[in-house]
Amino acid sequence: MFFNSLPTNFAALEVGQHLYWQIGNIRLHGQVFLTSWILLGALLVFISLGTKKMENDPKGLQNLLEFLWDYIRDLARTQIGEKVYRDWMPFIGTLFLFVFISNWGGALIPWRLIKLPSGELGAPTADINTTIALALLVSLSYFYAGLSNKGWRYFEYYVHPTPIMLPFKILEDFTKPLSLSFRLFGNILADELVVGVLVFLVPLVLPIPVMFLGLFTSAIQALIFATLAAYYIGEAVEEHH
Amino acid sequence: MLAFNIFGATEGGLFDINATLPLMAIQVVALTYILNSLFFKPVGNVVEKREKFVSNNIIEAKNKLSEVKKLEADLFTRLQSARSEAQRIVSEAENESDKLYKEALELANNEANASKEKARLEIESQASVARDQLSKQADDLSELIVNRLILEK
Repeated sequence: MFFNSLPTNFAALEVGQHLYWQIGNIRLHGQVFLTSWILLGALLVFISLGTKKMENDPKGLQNLLEFLWDYIRDLARTQIGEKVYRDWMPFIGTLFLFVFISNWGGALIPWRLIKLPSGELGAPTADINTTIALALLVSLSYFYAGLSNKGWRYFEYYVHPTPIMLPFKILEDFTKPLSLSFRLFGNILADELVVGVLVFLVPLVLPIPVMFLGLFTSAIQALIFATLAAYYIGEAVEEHH
Repeated sequence: MLAFNIFGATEGGLFDINATLPLMAIQVVALTYILNSLFFKPVGNVVEKREKFVSNNIIEAKNKLSEVKKLEADLFTRLQSARSEAQRIVSEAENESDKLYKEALELANNEANASKEKARLEIESQASVARDQLSKQADDLSELIVNRLILEK
């Protein structure tokens, strides 16, 4: 039979399988770290090349990096506000860059060519651990931002228009990281799955528009994640009058 | 072929949360510090230095422009006053020359009138002398005629 003669590992999807690393008592998802190290290494090389010879008259890579910097500053400034955006800009920018290169790296680099004993390489943001880690960092950040800027007055935010809001605001502290992590995780995983299934079913041409859609979604998700993180921090440091 | 083993496995699965989470968090925090020193600070310094340079230049240019405008206004008022001064001098000179002209004209007129009067008087006196002479000669002539006529008779 023709179908039986197809190689069985051809475009096979491996969902929920991981390359486990055992260090003492703890277990890690190795594929997530491998991909993230490759991508972060590329990012750091790119950045060090671009910032090696900074000139007042920007050229080439420096121009691109300055555009990126300006973009992140605008994002942080509009969401957090003129007063404290400087403190949080590196964090927001790192979130944006990390999510962006993870998403795009997962979609653009043909990881499948590299065979792992178990699991497969892919976007680090398609692993729930990564997205929860990012979301919890955002939660910690906005608590820290609120407390360090306003002290105990930060908790006025919970009863701000009326004390009726208190349960909803407390609930929000749980829904914020939950929605942040699951939105990113779901979008990137779904994109990978859709592309994987399509490649498995129709290996030619048809997956390409979906891949482009995936790139679009990936970029949008990075922007959404960074914007929401900045918005939460901005909300925490905002002064109520 | 599609391995959709999501929840069933004792180990693994989509929602397998383990030490990857805190390690990834630490990695992202470390990345934040690395990017801050490699990217955000240096690029920010360059961009903000340039922005400061540009805004300083704009402020300087604005100051210079306002200075130029002030100087221009100053020059304009000076020009205006010089112009009115010139106008004043010109009109003064015009008045002066007008006055002089009128005086000269009057003087000449008077002189002319005086000499005219003098000539008239002279003419009149000469005319009366001539008239007297003429009447005397007419008297002589008439006397002569009368004498002749009388003598011939």
